[in-house]
Amino acid sequence: MNAPSITSTAQTPAVTRRFDLRAALKDSFRSALIMLGLSIPILAFRTDQSGGDIFLTPRWGLVAIICAIVFGLRLLLHAFTASKAYRQATPSSHQATEPVHAEPSAYQHVSKFAIPFFLGVALAFPLLVYLIQGGLNESRYWVDLGILILTYVMLGWGLNIVVGLAGLLDLGYVAFYAVGAYSYALLSTTFGLSFWICLPLAGILAAFWGMILGFPVLRLRGDYLAIVTLAFGEIVRLVLINWVDLTNGGAGISSIPRASFFGLPFTAGEGGFAATFGLEFNGMHRIIFLYYLILVLALLTNFVTMRLRRLPIGRAWEALREDEIACRSLGINTTNTKLTAFAIGAMFGGFAGSFFAVRQGFVSPESFNFLESAIILAIVVLGGMGSQIGVAIAAIVLVGGPEILRNLTFLQAIFGTGFDPNEYRLLLFGAGMVAMMVWRPRGLISEREPSVILKERKAISGSLVKEGHG
Amino acid sequence: MEIFVQQLINGLTLGSIYGLIAIGYTMVFGIIGMVNFAHGDVFMLSAFISLIFFLLLTTWLGISSVALALLIVLVVAMALTSLWGWAIERIAYRPLRGSFRLAPLISAIGVSIFLSNFVQVAQGARNKPTPPMVQDVIVLFQGESGYNVALSYKQIIIMVVTAVLLTIFWYLVQKTSLGRAQRACEQDRKMAALLGINVDRTISLTFVIGAALASVAGTMYLLYYGVVSFNDGFVPGVKAFTAAVLGGIGSLPGAVLGGLIIGLIEVFWSAYFSIEYKDVAAFSILAIVLIFMPSGILGRPEVEKV
Repeated sequence: MNAPSITSTAQTPAVTRRFDLRAALKDSFRSALIMLGLSIPILAFRTDQSGGDIFLTPRWGLVAIICAIVFGLRLLLHAFTASKAYRQATPSSHQATEPVHAEPSAYQHVSKFAIPFFLGVALAFPLLVYLIQGGLNESRYWVDLGILILTYVMLGWGLNIVVGLAGLLDLGYVAFYAVGAYSYALLSTTFGLSFWICLPLAGILAAFWGMILGFPVLRLRGDYLAIVTLAFGEIVRLVLINWVDLTNGGAGISSIPRASFFGLPFTAGEGGFAATFGLEFNGMHRIIFLYYLILVLALLTNFVTMRLRRLPIGRAWEALREDEIACRSLGINTTNTKLTAFAIGAMFGGFAGSFFAVRQGFVSPESFNFLESAIILAIVVLGGMGSQIGVAIAAIVLVGGPEILRNLTFLQAIFGTGFDPNEYRLLLFGAGMVAMMVWRPRGLISEREPSVILKERKAISGSLVKEGHG
Repeated sequence: MEIFVQQLINGLTLGSIYGLIAIGYTMVFGIIGMVNFAHGDVFMLSAFISLIFFLLLTTWLGISSVALALLIVLVVAMALTSLWGWAIERIAYRPLRGSFRLAPLISAIGVSIFLSNFVQVAQGARNKPTPPMVQDVIVLFQGESGYNVALSYKQIIIMVVTAVLLTIFWYLVQKTSLGRAQRACEQDRKMAALLGINVDRTISLTFVIGAALASVAGTMYLLYYGVVSFNDGFVPGVKAFTAAVLGGIGSLPGAVLGGLIIGLIEVFWSAYFSIEYKDVAAFSILAIVLIFMPSGILGRPEVEKV
């Protein structure tokens, strides 16, 4: 295979001064042929059903369009790599060495302004939306979206403790989310406990489950750990489906009590939130309250994580991520270190889960499938493992992005009226995960801020940090 | 007793399918040390390819002989699925060689999500039934209570095809220069490259072989169950991975043995315990095997290099 690598990082192409059009055309044609092979028959024929019959509908036009697109993209890629190779061939006086070192202040420079900015926007978000949309009821959609994004930010930050800091790839994080959600749902519907009592209980239960599930997997590493956590996540979901007596099975638990504003329910009558504060009753009060609740929970997660990073346990996590064997030989108790990472990560998952239950008022096992774990993991990975602000940005992009896609009505004009971008959401999502790993395996923010500093602060580029076995 | 024999037959059939998928996992893990998470979805994709070709052959070209149609479907599906396997390796895994250790796994999860949703978008979300293909059965013996132990032609086809293909691929890996190159890469990739083995091509071929066997499994799955949907890749994929680990990852006979054991466990569990918890049983076996005997039945114990 002499075709230039798609990433062009693996091998540096031979420096050619001019763009070899013939070779590029030939290669593009070959790519298009491969695409043709790939799309037969899965794209070329559509299986349609009517009644019990199944028949095929050919759609060669679609295949032709896709092959043409592949051809064009491949040609562009060739032109791009050729011009890049040309630029690299002309020596630049600025690049005496490879530019591996990130400027020490660049990341801190950004984060100094970015963090207060994001925080400000997050705090003022309902007000901003209220002003822009011109009414409480009109802003409902946006506040709901904000809640959804913040839930994923919180889950991302929770998983970041396990994956980003301790370097343990957990594919079953959604299990703890489920434990939290079901804890609240069951405790409130059977014992009538209020949200404010259930929230810490859900966290404790999830942490407990984190320990239980974490304990057997302590000696596993890397891929095996990931697969076992995936198995645990699936087991939890299957048990939730099949243990009908407790969980009501696939039908789920409905009519879960709503959260109150420190004892004041969000009802229209006397003694409700609106009446006590002399406001006109509006259902949006509860939504905005939920928004600030998840914001506080997410910030709490962030705050605890940032603090923990400075404690010995946080440093042990990061040491464990870098090299487990070195860690053990330095006398760090890897058992306790891993278990605390699992437990604390799970605890925040549990908080988020019980928030999910109180927001939806309904939980069912379908909300906790593997895909959910994959989405949370993707948020952590895209954000750059270990970077808090990166995770937040990734959550906004991954959760908010498809919503924006849904609202782009002009797409329907291009692709026809039957076009529903939401169908393509997961498709793009999977492709995005691959593309991210190929182009920026360290995530959007690949800088790693050291937690221990000698004399002066320096940001370390992610590419300098080599991960050991462990 | 009759039920036991019947379940034994069913379990071996299911186990053959799992074994075929498991080989793809075990070979890829052996050579580049990654869990090819997307392998289950390649299997699902191949079942779709088989379905469409079977419909093409029978309804459009009017081939009435089911045996001939199946043979053509098998060959074509193997070729096309191999191309998919090759393309996936080329696009999603090859650029990541030398990246950090979790990158290939995350990329594979991405491919898995992509493939299942690609099929969903391209073919719709509903279950796709096939017209019944092979329906004859041989009644082996009749029980006293009127319960017949039957061996269907389908099951015979599946077991025979599995056995034949395994022999072919076993020969390929053990006796040919390709197999030698592959085993050399498994032991030491850098050294193999120094000795003039094209490592990239060898790895590509490993993926191609894995995909080809998965496509056989896909065709057999379609033949056996007669229905396929876009999310049928995940659970069989995980079970086949369990089989690969149980047999000892990196070992070809181990993968088949593991597949048969998993198939039998699943079938007997459903028959004698509860059918609802059969997937829980499979996932539990996966966790237990990985935790307590990660080198499996026929595998070599992993040596920890510092």
